[in-house]
Amino acid sequence: MIELDGVSKEFDGKRVLDGVSARVERGEIFAIIGPSGAGKSTLLRLIGLLDNPTAGTIRINGIDIHASKEQSLRIRRMIGMVFQKPAVFNTTVAENIAIGLRFRGVERATVIKKVREALDVVGLAGYEERLARTLSGGEMQRVALARAMVIEPEILLMDEPTANLDPVSVEKIEELVIRINRELGTTILFSTHDMYQGQRLAHRIAVLMNGRFAQVGTPREVFTLPATRDLARFVGIENILEGVVVRRDDGGVVSIDVGGTQVRARSSFGTGERVALCIRPEDMRIAPVERKVANPDGNTLQGTVISIVPRGPFSSVTVDCGFMLSSLLSWKRADDLDLQEGSHVVVSFAPESIHVIRTGET
Amino acid sequence: MYEIIEGFIEAIRLIVTLDPDVMAIAVRSIIISLTATIIASLIALPLGAAINFGKFRGRRSIINLIQTLYSLPTVIVGLLIFLLISRAGPLGFLRLLFTPTAMIIAQTVLIIPIMTGLTISALSGVDPVIRDTLTSLGATRFQFLINIMKEARFAILAAVAVGFGRAISEVGAAILVGGNIAASSFKSSTRVLTTAISLETSMGNIPQSIALGIVLLTIALGVNLVISTLQQGRNP
Repeated sequence: MIELDGVSKEFDGKRVLDGVSARVERGEIFAIIGPSGAGKSTLLRLIGLLDNPTAGTIRINGIDIHASKEQSLRIRRMIGMVFQKPAVFNTTVAENIAIGLRFRGVERATVIKKVREALDVVGLAGYEERLARTLSGGEMQRVALARAMVIEPEILLMDEPTANLDPVSVEKIEELVIRINRELGTTILFSTHDMYQGQRLAHRIAVLMNGRFAQVGTPREVFTLPATRDLARFVGIENILEGVVVRRDDGGVVSIDVGGTQVRARSSFGTGERVALCIRPEDMRIAPVERKVANPDGNTLQGTVISIVPRGPFSSVTVDCGFMLSSLLSWKRADDLDLQEGSHVVVSFAPESIHVIRTGET
Repeated sequence: MYEIIEGFIEAIRLIVTLDPDVMAIAVRSIIISLTATIIASLIALPLGAAINFGKFRGRRSIINLIQTLYSLPTVIVGLLIFLLISRAGPLGFLRLLFTPTAMIIAQTVLIIPIMTGLTISALSGVDPVIRDTLTSLGATRFQFLINIMKEARFAILAAVAVGFGRAISEVGAAILVGGNIAASSFKSSTRVLTTAISLETSMGNIPQSIALGIVLLTIALGVNLVISTLQQGRNP
């Protein structure tokens, strides 16, 4: 449906996008995540024909959308767009939503009917005559969504649509996104810096870093098997250890030297390779030293608790084992273990829970 | 002092009794300046839009030039138009000198820069997201312009009101190309509020001057009220 082929964009000599390539399938929800300033908005603007790429091509249904000026309007009319900043025209809610239909010369009675339906869908029934500028940010963004949706675009582009909204509004917008995709089969591309939103909504996620897609995959792939160390850090893997493969054992397990400590992980990399180990804090177990359980296949490291920081319903416990490891425990579990700063503990984790990334040769 | 107080009292009487002379001058002033404002709008609004949305070399310099012309002395405009339409001038054959038409032309020329400039700022003040939204909703170039104008309507109307205010209150050009003639017919007279005040004062006819001055001030006040109402309307 949408093909990005080596898309680059420069602003005043500064390269924002540097060869972005990907394929978005019809009916897919495709999330673009990445740090602020990574070029997410720029990429969506290029797809939405609001700007032209410096190099590369974007094809929709096989047509290079930036190639012909004559086609431009027809292609733009296939695409709806919602922006980060909720922006409404200084008129009534109904007029706001009707505008795209008016541009297409849709007859009056149909416009009124469609506007009412759209307001119903976004949960703003009865708001027709309200002045759009008097609405709250969340309501304005729903008007913006209704306005983009009512023209029944084949593709809906959303640039951080929930970035400045309260949690309740975020939830409503997210529900709508899923609903629009399911009921109308609209292909949806959205950008977000909220990884979990990407996870909640998207069929596939692309991580935009340093001007290109560092990884494209299902949320599970991106979050558990990041392709690079930067990506691992970005998707929130807190424990990233650097080491060198020192020995290959049986059953696809290798021993990795991390600052003098040996860690066993499942990997196919050979001896001598420099690697980064990614371990999710929730995969880590903590026990007091005296309750140490024998675990010959796994990793068992002794250390001292450095800090215990509450995080939502969990406690993040950082242990110094020669290198820092953080672990996530429920409050109750932390209490049961009677953990304090300075407690001596044993940290254990399975070789399978480690994701190994090659960083270079020694 | 006594003369001034008496002048005020007489002025009030002239206004309250709707003195035909005063009223004729006031109405003529409004007609001439309104006509100039309408014509200037027809030129300045599209021109402002073209400059604001156009991508061409020297755009910035043009905007600078327009802003410089805000303070164009009215007498200079009067002189230029006078030279153009006087008997010996290139447009002398049209016999426009000392007609209301000449005054309309002069006032139009005078207020085009400020109205164009204010239109440019009105349009450039529209949120870029609004512009992107219009484009993404599939607006044609024309639909885009119309809707941006709609979005900037309050600021644009304020620009129009400013133009009218400048037109009705200027005296230099009006007197040079109009000549302050009180002809027998309403249509061919060129006596407007400002020129009449100038003449009556020099003739020592103070009550008449004050009366005309009050009318002019009232109109100016009304225009300002319109402008401030419009500006408040921008952000409901």
